Amino acid sequence: MSLFSTANHSGIPSGSKNSMRRITNSLGIFLFLLPGLVIFLIFVIYPIFRSIYFSTFDWNGLGPAVDNVGIQNYKDILTDKVFLKSIINVLIIIVLSLGIQLPLALLLATLVGRDLPGRAVYRTIFFLPYVLSEVNAAIMWMLLFNADPERGLLNGILVALNLQPVGWLSDMKVVLFSVFIALTWKYFGFHMLLYLTGLQNIPTEIEEAACIDGANSFQSFFHITLPLLSSTIKTSVYMSVLGSIQQFILVWIMTKGGPVNASETMATYMYRFGFVRFDLGYGSAVAIIMFIFCVVFSLIYQQLTREPDYLTGL
Amino acid sequence: MKYSRFSTNLKRVIIPRFFQYLVLTIAVILIFVPIVILLFGSVKTTGQMYSHPYSIPNPPNWSNIFNILTTPYFWTLMKNSLIVLVGTTSATVIICALVSFVLARLPFRGKGFVFNLFTVGLMFPINVAILPVYFVLRQMEQFGVNVIDSLWGVILVQVAFQLSGNIMILRGFFTAVPVELQDAAYIDGCTNFGFFWRVLLPLVKPSLAAVSALVMIASWNDLLVPLVVLNDNKLWTLPLGTMQFQGQYGQDLALISAFVALSSIPTIIFYFFAERQIVSGLTAGSVKG
Repeated sequence: MSLFSTANHSGIPSGSKNSMRRITNSLGIFLFLLPGLVIFLIFVIYPIFRSIYFSTFDWNGLGPAVDNVGIQNYKDILTDKVFLKSIINVLIIIVLSLGIQLPLALLLATLVGRDLPGRAVYRTIFFLPYVLSEVNAAIMWMLLFNADPERGLLNGILVALNLQPVGWLSDMKVVLFSVFIALTWKYFGFHMLLYLTGLQNIPTEIEEAACIDGANSFQSFFHITLPLLSSTIKTSVYMSVLGSIQQFILVWIMTKGGPVNASETMATYMYRFGFVRFDLGYGSAVAIIMFIFCVVFSLIYQQLTREPDYLTGL
Repeated sequence: MKYSRFSTNLKRVIIPRFFQYLVLTIAVILIFVPIVILLFGSVKTTGQMYSHPYSIPNPPNWSNIFNILTTPYFWTLMKNSLIVLVGTTSATVIICALVSFVLARLPFRGKGFVFNLFTVGLMFPINVAILPVYFVLRQMEQFGVNVIDSLWGVILVQVAFQLSGNIMILRGFFTAVPVELQDAAYIDGCTNFGFFWRVLLPLVKPSLAAVSALVMIASWNDLLVPLVVLNDNKLWTLPLGTMQFQGQYGQDLALISAFVALSSIPTIIFYFFAERQIVSGLTAGSVKG
């Protein structure tokens, strides 16, 4: 009896205090997460499922969606030459970005380096295009790409050099490269910034040691700097590819994906079907396909670039 | 002795430095070309634009700038953009700080799940999600929530798509605060909220500033969300208004240049003041992954 009462005295009050605390604690965590989760679930997660649902309909957005066509939309998209063309265009942009834009950013970052007098000024200038809006960047480049040599600077230079003017935005063979030039102008500064930060984290002693051991700057760059930058480069490649997959505004304003789909990207293709033709079922199927591309790329890339644990240390 | 020292200096420092500066300066010129041509164009008459499209405007003609600044159109765009900027930035920073705090500092069941859920957002960027999001906005509209043709709609969608990335960034910053501080706060009788409010937030002000700067840039420059959400031109934001202006006066290159130059100026001024924050936010986010 006394045993029970002791148990009651010491056990119940402290137990309820503990569980009270645990409840207020969980409640607190819940309240902290609540606003973020609600907005995120409504505007990011739910739309994925909503879109999967609508992607099985032939639906122009007027009235309810009733014409269920199963996976026909997906079949149509994956056999549509224009969509395949847009995938190829995205692949070309990815290849050009990884082959030209990123190495250029790395080169400039290495040149700015760690101790160049005026380093901060260069960083500020190179990064400037990144903070300008894509609309403004696109319009600036349209001015330069103007086909009339009397108005567009680039053709003006070509004509002054006695060369043929180029239809920067009107020639089907050239337009994608023109877009790529504008993209590079806008985005290389971001990658350069990443590399500069990466360089900052490499202790100078390592390179000095290599220099004392007789390595020239090229050897030191390829055998020391580059490997030590590898995790930064991985991040930058990831961002570049994901950015290319979803490239939209610059292309849309400069070319609307034209001429004749020559600069179509997946995102302009989706926008055209979703918001210009109001073929909403078809457009959502495109969105789902793009989402799958992003997820698959992210997962594969993470697997491929996973480092042994002792290297990451995180 | 002196001579040889000079010559090694010449070989090891001066010549490489010369090439460094040479290449970098060429790059700087290339970066500036589109901007300079735009600024020149913005103070030319339409006639000058046709006769001397890429020369220094002489004499400068301020009438396009003046005309734009005296029409309500431009100021309406600025006002709307500012409203969206303030709404999106404050909501994003508050929400991200709350979520990141819980993810970085408190143990609870389901933490991994919540974290992974937010990483989905990284793979579902707004450019891909815009059509799916549009469905949800329409559905909310059917339930009587006015989000289409409303700046609220723009703010909500912008906030939602700013969450993932900024939660990752802030979580990194919050994790870096020493755990001893948290223990000390608990010993002194702080609750979780007390620790968050009195200890953590004052310590991480710089990272909140970094995230705010990133969100401001993204919100101010965003075209896609306003383009899809807003029809009424009284609600248009600056990028949307610029795009429509370009569509309407596409032939008058001088006028377009003036408009684009004016709409870039707020961003450029902001950039020069907030460069440090922007840079620290971006690099933290990408290095932490």
